[in-house]
Amino acid sequence: MKHVKTLNTRKLQNTIKKGGCGECQTSCQSACKTSCTVGNQTCENTK
Amino acid sequence: MVHQYKNNGYNIVLDVNSGAIHVVDDLVYDVIPLWETHSKEEIIEKLKDTYAEAEIAEAMEEVASLEQDEALFTKDQYEDYVIDFKKRPTVVKALCLHIAHDCNLACRYCFAEEGEYHGRRALMSYEVGKAALDFLIANSGSRRNLEVDFFGGEPTLNFQVVKDLVAYGREQEKLHDKNFRFTLTTNGVLLNDEIMEFANKEMANVVLSIDGRKEVNDRMRPFRNGSGSYDLIVPKFQKFAESRKQTNYYVRGTFTHHNLDFAKDVLHLADLGFKQISVEPVVAQDTDDYAIREEDLPQLFEEYDNLAAEMVRRHKSGEDFNFFHFMIDLEGGPCVAKRLSGCGSGTEYLAVTPWGDLYPCHQFVGNEKFYMGNVTEGVTNTQIRDEFKSCNVYAKEKCRECFARFYCSGGCAANSYNFHGDIHNAYDVGCALQKKRVECAIMIKAAEALEEE
Repeated sequence: MKHVKTLNTRKLQNTIKKGGCGECQTSCQSACKTSCTVGNQTCENTK
Repeated sequence: MVHQYKNNGYNIVLDVNSGAIHVVDDLVYDVIPLWETHSKEEIIEKLKDTYAEAEIAEAMEEVASLEQDEALFTKDQYEDYVIDFKKRPTVVKALCLHIAHDCNLACRYCFAEEGEYHGRRALMSYEVGKAALDFLIANSGSRRNLEVDFFGGEPTLNFQVVKDLVAYGREQEKLHDKNFRFTLTTNGVLLNDEIMEFANKEMANVVLSIDGRKEVNDRMRPFRNGSGSYDLIVPKFQKFAESRKQTNYYVRGTFTHHNLDFAKDVLHLADLGFKQISVEPVVAQDTDDYAIREEDLPQLFEEYDNLAAEMVRRHKSGEDFNFFHFMIDLEGGPCVAKRLSGCGSGTEYLAVTPWGDLYPCHQFVGNEKFYMGNVTEGVTNTQIRDEFKSCNVYAKEKCRECFARFYCSGGCAANSYNFHGDIHNAYDVGCALQKKRVECAIMIKAAEALEEE
């Protein structure tokens, strides 16, 4: 595309079918403890 | 829902419901706000004084193609899905073990009130810790990865119990086909070679508490006699970070009303050689002199913008470091179920006091209204668990219209409770900062992607 550069190809709606295994890290166990930061956690199945 | 903004010279468009992120030129940036409410002819009419008509037509074709591809103006299709998802039987997969309700520092902002959590000083016994690990295994269902954070107070005040519990966990994980991920949060005062060596062998992550510049750290993180902790902890933390090869750790600080120029603290930590940094806003009552106030927001936004721009510069010159709150994984991030169902407090994630009592998370410890049970009898107050279970972004009015809802998952229940007396609300100052951080994090990705071209 000439006017648009898309940064990512993975779409949230495509994670509905296989998502929700729950094996990924709890956000407060990483480095926050006072703010909820979920979007930066890594999916256990794409490691 | 589409969120568009300009940051550091980039025009960024976030398609909220698909998570697609686009960097666009000025023309598309001007087309997008008109797209859903105007016809193509009307859009051309509105923009033709600024852009050539043929160009506008071309830009509209690109927008239409993205919409067709469900990467722009994507509809929210998750509400029923997440409600069903949260109806699944509850399993527990993470515990925050309060190994010591005692501390060798007297940090002024401590939500644990110098480690004591509004109660008496206490150390967790091996027996209580062991029962906690047994409780976790027994309630984890089919989850294999189990997380245990050794927290406090200051857990190194009771380090023999930490070591014994790790040994017990390693023995049990084999018997039950589980994988324990242990983590340690420490202020560094008692850190020594033995603890570092043990942690490097057994701890998946360590969180090292330091606020940044010496004067900032020492003001809020003094010893009980009032003297500062910076000079003692910095060399130890530097050694520890190096011994972990600069991965799987965070130096973690808190900023307050007293250091609104916190980007300087982040950069100070980077200049000390740390590569994994997390510095986040204090959560306090309005009456605390160090609390972040609404009027502090413009300055804090500028600090985040400046920090993000500096990180882009450092990335280009090979001096990059990782800032926890700007981390965003565009290709391998969490699934939508994780993003919408909240942090897991009160359900998947529980805090355990030195006596073995269970609370929804570390922030609720000491508030008797949130007592949930104990490690021997399990969760007996299921009403609290169900209340936390119902907590998701669709249960929060403020989140429904917020572009950042897939990144913060509805925010911190404890913050919401502290400010509104209800876990189904949201802490507004925290939300404003979270939104700014998401914008900055995406900008950094845009800058990196365009730099690679």
